[in-house]
Parts: sequence; structure tokens; C-alpha cells
Amino acid sequence: MPELNLTSAPAHLRHGSSIGQPLTRRDGVLKVKGQATYAADNHPPGTLFAVMAVSSIAHGRVTSLDVAAARRHPGVVDVMTPDHKPQLAIDPEIKTNPFVFRMEVLQSNEVRYANQPIAVVIAETLEAATEGAVLLAPRYETLPALVGLDAGESFVPPVVGVGNPTENHRGDVEAGLASADKQIDAIYETPAQYHNAMEPHAIVAHWDGDSVQIDMPTQGLMLSLARVAELFGIGHDKIHIRSPFLGGGFGSKGLMAGPPVLGLMAAKLVGKPVKLVLRREQMYGPVGHRAPTRQRLRIGADVEGRLTALDHHARTVSSTFDDFYEPAADASHTLYAAPAIRTSHDAVRVNTGTPLFMRAPGEATGSIALESAIDEMAWACGMDPLAFRLKNYAEVEPITGKPFSSKALRACYDQGAARFGWSKRPLQPRQMRDDAGLLVGWGMGTATFPALMFQAQARAVIRRDGTGVMEIGAHDMGQGAWTALAQIAADELGLDIDSVEFKAGTSDLPDAGIAGGSAHTATAGAAIHSAGAATIVKLADLATSDERSPLFGAGNAGVIARDGRLIRRDDESRSESYAEILARAGVAEVEARGTGAPNPAAMEEYAMHAHGAVFAEVKVDPELGQIRVTSMVGAFAAGRIVNPHLVKSQLFGGMIWGMSFALHEEAITDRRSGRIMNANLGEYHIPVNADVPPLDVITVEEHDPHVNALGIKGVGEIGITGSAGAVANAVWHATGVRVRRFPIRIEELLTPG
Amino acid sequence: MKQFDYVRPATVAEAVAAAAQPGATYLAAGTNLLDLMKGGVSRPVRLVDVTHLDGLDQIEHLTDGSVRIGALVSNADLAHDAEFAKSYPAIAEALLSGASAQLRNAATVGGNLLQRTRCAYFYDTASRCNRREAGTGCDARDGENRTHAVLGWSENCIATNPSDFCVPLVALDAVVEIEGKGGRREIALDELHRLPGNTPERESALEPGDLIVAVRLPAAARGFAAHARYLKVRERTSYAFAIVSAAAALRIENGKIAEARLALGGVAAKPWRARAAEDVLRGVAPTAHAFQEAAWRALTDAKPSGDNAYKIELARRIVVRALTLAAAGTPARIPALPASPFASTSGAIHA
Repeated sequence: MPELNLTSAPAHLRHGSSIGQPLTRRDGVLKVKGQATYAADNHPPGTLFAVMAVSSIAHGRVTSLDVAAARRHPGVVDVMTPDHKPQLAIDPEIKTNPFVFRMEVLQSNEVRYANQPIAVVIAETLEAATEGAVLLAPRYETLPALVGLDAGESFVPPVVGVGNPTENHRGDVEAGLASADKQIDAIYETPAQYHNAMEPHAIVAHWDGDSVQIDMPTQGLMLSLARVAELFGIGHDKIHIRSPFLGGGFGSKGLMAGPPVLGLMAAKLVGKPVKLVLRREQMYGPVGHRAPTRQRLRIGADVEGRLTALDHHARTVSSTFDDFYEPAADASHTLYAAPAIRTSHDAVRVNTGTPLFMRAPGEATGSIALESAIDEMAWACGMDPLAFRLKNYAEVEPITGKPFSSKALRACYDQGAARFGWSKRPLQPRQMRDDAGLLVGWGMGTATFPALMFQAQARAVIRRDGTGVMEIGAHDMGQGAWTALAQIAADELGLDIDSVEFKAGTSDLPDAGIAGGSAHTATAGAAIHSAGAATIVKLADLATSDERSPLFGAGNAGVIARDGRLIRRDDESRSESYAEILARAGVAEVEARGTGAPNPAAMEEYAMHAHGAVFAEVKVDPELGQIRVTSMVGAFAAGRIVNPHLVKSQLFGGMIWGMSFALHEEAITDRRSGRIMNANLGEYHIPVNADVPPLDVITVEEHDPHVNALGIKGVGEIGITGSAGAVANAVWHATGVRVRRFPIRIEELLTPG
Repeated sequence: MKQFDYVRPATVAEAVAAAAQPGATYLAAGTNLLDLMKGGVSRPVRLVDVTHLDGLDQIEHLTDGSVRIGALVSNADLAHDAEFAKSYPAIAEALLSGASAQLRNAATVGGNLLQRTRCAYFYDTASRCNRREAGTGCDARDGENRTHAVLGWSENCIATNPSDFCVPLVALDAVVEIEGKGGRREIALDELHRLPGNTPERESALEPGDLIVAVRLPAAARGFAAHARYLKVRERTSYAFAIVSAAAALRIENGKIAEARLALGGVAAKPWRARAAEDVLRGVAPTAHAFQEAAWRALTDAKPSGDNAYKIELARRIVVRALTLAAAGTPARIPALPASPFASTSGAIHA
């Protein structure tokens, strides 16, 4: 993005090696000054406003819309309905690949969930479009809504998550349980949760004939582009998407949802640029959420406190019309060395928008149940929760028997426990009070998240003036891609970060893959790594094959790139600047492309996961039941840390999200209507500043030669796992009350005075 | 949104005349009204903006020892007025426990008195709600109602009044000054909000055009300054409405309670003055036993309206705690976490 004026690196930073430096985010000043252009900030001349009318029923069909009344309203330009809309090139119900989810784009009058778009009003002002949507006064034929985890007959889905087997097992779980000295059998429930990114889903769509300019926040530029291309029957070269900044995505902006498609359709219908921004409550339906779960854990342990069996079953829901199954039980595959493990899932269908990836999908829901159950098992064995976890430390991945590519979890336990002061924890619950008489409890949880890699490309250039360019259609959701990926680019090109023009965030750049699965830095970083290296190779060819160069005869492997120079490896006194090499060769620039991709051989051989240990202190009012987290320490091992400053922020965010999972977040669904009754940030609680205690993050040294060339594992989602369970376990330790339904509510803790 | 007239009267008389028209409503800071309008819950045809009226933004200490708070004084300005906070510490604490700093800066005293319930079914226009639309029914009654009323509710409505501010006000016998078509009148705050009965749509004693111009606290209210607290249990540390709250104020003479004041929030459609409990406390020593007795009396008539039986027990405990805190004495400074059970937590940062 040439118009981006990113902040220069602070002068105190050591140049020469950017990876590992705690740079502050380079887009920070832009954001503070309000100069970072988010999608809805764009306003081409003549832009009209589109507002969705959404269904107030969860199941049935729309029988009438008062289109005439809406059209009569001053300022209303058009009303898009199932009877009046541009035709799509393909049926949106067709799943053209596993990453396509069904969407509601006015293809019928059918209503499958509350808040489903049923019409779009396009007007000269936002106010007119908003009122037009009200004036449609929809009437419905209402059918009974399917709501909740017991809504109907359960079934075993073919897969969970993204193609994971629904059931897994290793060893004989029933025999393991039968042989156990101690057993627990407990059921945990987690509620529906919504992503609630600060920035609502938004699109500004501007057609020019068959070409379209799109401003839209997306975690997957190329997936979005491909979906737009197939829905509208146009070539990829006709579509340009800009997404330089996202105000959070958390999985809800990864794949094209219905509302932005409606924005594109509306713009086509009226032949003018159209802006469509979701209202907060409209984000509770068509753009995904985390499905509720009910999880049963049966665990057995022998007299020594060694696990004999671990059985984890998860019930979840999907929509009535598509399939996404929260893979909650899979959380039990990797952490604890039970000789017998079984995980399984079943599901019911309910009238909801299709659940989707949300911040550690499966790992987060599964983790709070597993970590609670492990805590219960430790207590049943009379063991300290950390000692119990160490006793059952997995030296190889329990479900597969594969070695880990790296696993510094033991160091996480040690360093986290030491920083927290865990050794002073009394075994019995309800033993600690503070000076004011509040109950104090300490809990812990183990964090884990897979080290994933997707596919990405990048293009690198070294220019005649000695500067570099790195192009990759990467996504900055707030996590700091503008900074961290530029740091990698600088090192790969052997330049200071300020000498590299880093381009990202638009669809005309090489495909960076999806910013999801905590894999963006690893995947895009690997592509940048290989593009940079390939460019240096070309530059080295120019120098080492030219007898006028001091590097003549050094050979490709014989030079290193540093500070804008190629330097002979065996004789650092012989070097030449990039500018000199290109000038003498008479070329304007050298460029090369590179690819990042998973390594199937390494994946076959190794289990690859990031790990961590989270320790939490809570205080609970003994009579009133109100809970406050007062301290959290997280120690995480996630391979190479590209930018410690940004990584710490990511982990803080994850830990806060975990605490939110344990204590706050819950979408309240009316069990009769299927409507969500708290679809706003006043009543859908997330932690406010006063809820967030001092947080302490330790990044534990970990070298992983197998995950990818840079040794990066990713830190986006792991902070949620472990943290949620740590807080829940701390509440038990404070009160002696084991709450298994989340979020933990005050009434659960109103024990007899 | 629905188009509406916006008028900005120059005088109170003009305001009353403009607002007496059908479909008109007053606009002050709009911290509640604008949300209601965006959600289609309230669809006025005319907004009468009173924020430019002169003389309604003063805190006046009157010669008879009472204080008169203009309706346009902001929640933040009132709470941070040093003399006011010293004289009426439970009110300042209640104000600072409400909403967020940004909302408190905008919200006004008069507007706060008239904020609407947070019942989700009132806000959800697809639900039946007798309060929003008379005679349609109450979907909260068999709905998601764990935070709903346990006192004074009817089959027609189980909503609660969400105000923190009103709870200590009603405990301290606040009086509301009203300008209406018939001129100026005043009523006790306790009479302002109505219990639902068969007419939940009639939320207050105000008539069309009535404008709250001030709230007055009688001289006697000052007598509780040494032993007055507000306590609020909520589901996060800040920016959440009360599950249950209580204002407790005591006048202690020679080791005995000369006079007690007690009111509960979050339990009924109005701030709930617990006079029977006050009677129990008159003339007795401030002991745990006495406070337990008062708590039982305060909740004698309570009954669950849904999945909220726990609120009755919680309310009893909050009453005991609030009275205990009040008896211990008003702290020299309002705690960093006002009204919170964690108010005493060392190192607490401001909410």
C-alpha cells in the first residue's frame, strides 16, 4: 500500500537483524491518529448506503414485505428482495470446496435462523436505508425453532473441525477405566459465543462494468476473491480487494459470508458504489459463531496418579443447512500420557447461523473441559495439579505415538510456576483468604495449539538504489503483520527494515494464504523467506559471475547478505553493495518469487504443537459470589519469536479471552424463539479493563528445526487454551465449589452461608 | 431511522408545551434514549432537547440544609463534587459504580431517573412486552429471566429498574421537582416509579409534558454521611448493571442505631425502599444479628419470577453486607472500585 506511511523503526533498535526485535507496531501511529483506513472508511463519490433487514424468527418463511412502503420513504433508492436482485452465476447453496459455507443472499423466502438477511434497502443516506428496512414490516409463516443441545435427534457427523475424524482412539479405554484406582466422570457445558470483533463486517463495493473494486476486511484475500469470482461469474483479474487493516477477525472474517455478498449484489443492482456495514446485533447470525458444547470426560488413574484412560465425548450443534462441528474432544489428543484415549463427537441441528471457526475452535472449548477434569482427577488422587500434570507428561503425542518436533512444556511449567509462586499453594480448596476476608484460589491449566502451516507465495525485489520490496497479500488483523512480516522480509533481503518497502493487504499481491489457525506468521514468513533467498541468489549470480566484482568466483553459497551488501563468507573484507552490483550489471532490479508450505515429510514424522502453562489467582467474595481474577502468569513455548513485543500482546489477548471464556461470555438464546437476547456489547459480557489483572507472560526459549524454515509456531490462539481452565480451577480452589457450566455464574457460588 | 422533529426550546415553559404533544419525548444526553431509538424500541415523532435550558445544571446548597440538584447536572459532575460526595457518600458511590466513565460524563441526573429497564424482551421488538406495548403479553415471564424482579412484580411484567443512582436517593427521601402543564409540583422519588400491576406501560407518575427539573435531598439526608454505603453485585467488575444492589445508611448515636435507611436495586420495577427493615434497626445496636433480621424483613415479600430465586438469597446477603459496611463507617475516600465487593482489594485500579 504505497499510501501507507508506516512508522520508522525507533533509532535505538539494533539494525542488521530484525527478527527477534521488539519493534512497536509500525501502523500504530496511523491508528492512533485515525489515519488507518478501514473498509467502511472508504467512500467513493456517489456511494449509496445499504442496510439489511433481518429475520426476527428463527425458522419459517417470509410471507410478505411491504416493499412499497420502504420505497416511498424519502431517500430510498431500491429494495433488494428474493424477487428483485441481480442473478448470481452459481447457486450459493453449492459447496464448491470445503472452505465454502452456505450463505443467505436472498435466494429464497426460507428463514433458517434469527437475524438472517431477508432484504436489503439501498438509500442515499444511512438513516433512510435504516428506516426503509423497518418499513418493510416483514410477515412470516413461523415454524417451531430448534434450540439448544437437546433440540432433536443426535447424529454422528462425518468429520469435525476441518476434516478431522469424528472419533479417535488408542488403547482400550474401558479396560483402562476398569483398572483405575480413582475415576472421575463429569459433564461440562460451554455456551454459544460470538466473535464480536470491534470492527463489524463491512463492504464498500464499486462495480465498473464487469470489474469490481472491493473494500472489505478479510482474513483470506484470495479465498474471498475466488468466492466473489465464482458467485458473480467473473475472472479473478476483474476483482480488486483492499483489506489493509482489520479491526479484529477471530475467524469470522476468514471466509466470505453472506452480508458482503449482499453488498456486492446491491452495488450491481443500483449501478453505484454501495456501502454495507453490519449493525452489532446483525453480527449474531450470518457471520459465524462458536457453537455450544456439552462434554463428558471420564478419566481413570492408578494409585501412583498415572492416567489409565481418558475418554472425552463432545456434543455440539450445527445449523439445519450446513456443517461445522466444533472439534472439542480433540483437545484430549495431545497433552496427557494416557495409555488409552478415546475422543468422540455427536451433534444436533438447530436453527442457528452455521457455527464457524472462532479463536481456537475446538481447542478452547475442549481445553476448559479437559483442564477442569484433569484438575478434578488430581484432586481425586490427592495430588497437586502441577505434580499430577508432570506425572502424566507426554513425551510423545499420546494419540499418535509420534515424537514432538519440539516441546518445551516442562520449562513452561517450571518457569511459570516459579514466577507465580505456585509451590506455596495449599492442596485443599477454600484455605486462602486475603486481608479483607475474600476467598483466594490458585488454579492452572496447560495450553496447547497445533503448529499449522498453509500455502503462501511472496515476491521480492532488490532495486538499483539498493532498497528492497517484499510483496505478499498478507492480513493485519491487529496482530501486527505489517510489522512482524516486514521484520522477516528485512532479514531475508539483508536490509534494514526501513530500506524495505513492504506491501500487503490487497488482492493483487501474491497469495499469503489465510490469516487463521495461528499460522499466518509461519506461512507468510516462510514464503517471504524463500522469496528473499531466491532474490539474493539472483543478485549473487550477477556479482560472482562478473570478474569486475570483488565477489567474482565466490559462488552462490559463498556470500551472505547483510546491511545491503553481499559479503564473501570466507573473507568479510571482500564485499559489494546491492546498488553497485545492479549498476554494473545494468539492470534496474532483480526479483524472485517464493513459496511457503507445510512439509509433509516432517508432518508425517513429528507431532507439531506450541505449548504453555497458565497460572491464575482469583478472589471470590465468600457470601456474595462475585469473582475477580487478580493475577495471571502464562509461560509459552512457541518456537521462534519474531517480535517479542507483539507476541506478548497476542498472548495477553489470548489469556484475557480465556478468562472471558471462564467468567463472562455467553450468548443467551431464548429457548422458544431462538432469538439471541443479548446481541450487544452492553449485555454480551467480555472483560472490561477493571476485570483484567496484571498479566505476566514468559516466552520460553524453544528451537524447532522441523516446523518450518524459520522455526515459527504461532501464538494467536494458544493463550485462550489453558487460561480458561486455569481460571475455572482457581475458582474451585478458592471456594471448593466445582462449577462445570460456563461461564461461572454468581448463583453457583452462593453456597449456604 | 424514523424521521423526527427536533426542537430546542429556550425556556422550561416552551419545553413543557413542546413535549406535551403526543409522540414527543425529552432528550437530554440520550445515553438510553438514542439506543432505544436505534433499536426501534422507542419511535418518537419529536425530540425536545432540554440540554440548552438555563439554570438546570447547578448543585445548590439551600439555607434549610437541603441540596437541590439540577436535572442537567451530569452524573460525573455530581459524583465528583467534593462537598456533595462528602455529604451524601452513598449517592456518589452509586453514581461512580454505574456505566462507564464516558457515559457518566454525558448522562444527566434527570435522565438517569427515567432510564428504562434492561429487560431483554423490552428491547427485542419481536418479543411480546406489556411495558413496551400495552396488552401484548410478557415473554420474559417464561423466558430468560435469571436477572428479573423478585419484588413487586406482576404476571404482566417482571422487569427491573436498572438505576444505581436512584437506590440511595430513595433511601434518603429524595424529592423530585417537576414542571408540567399545571405548573410546578413535587413528589417523593419513591412515588416516581410505578410497580407494574396491570399497567406496566405506565412506568412513572409523570404526565405528558412533565419535565423533571431538579432532585432535592432534605436536610436530614446529610445526617447519614458518616455511615453510608452503596454495594452492587454484578457479573463483571465494571460496566455492568446490578444483579442486586443495596444502599444502606445509618445514624448511630451512643452505640445504637438512631435511624436506618435501606433500599435495594435490581430487584423490582422501582428502587425498593425497605421500610420494614429500617424499623427493625431503629434503636438497636448495629450487630450482625440485627442486620440479619433486617435482611429477612427486607425480603419477606420476595418471590422468584423465574430462574431467579437466588436473587432473594443474594439480596439478603447484600443487605447484611451493606449494613455492615455502613456501620463500619464511610471510608475517607470513595474506593477505586466503587460499590464493589472488591472495593477493599489493595492495588485496585479505577473502574
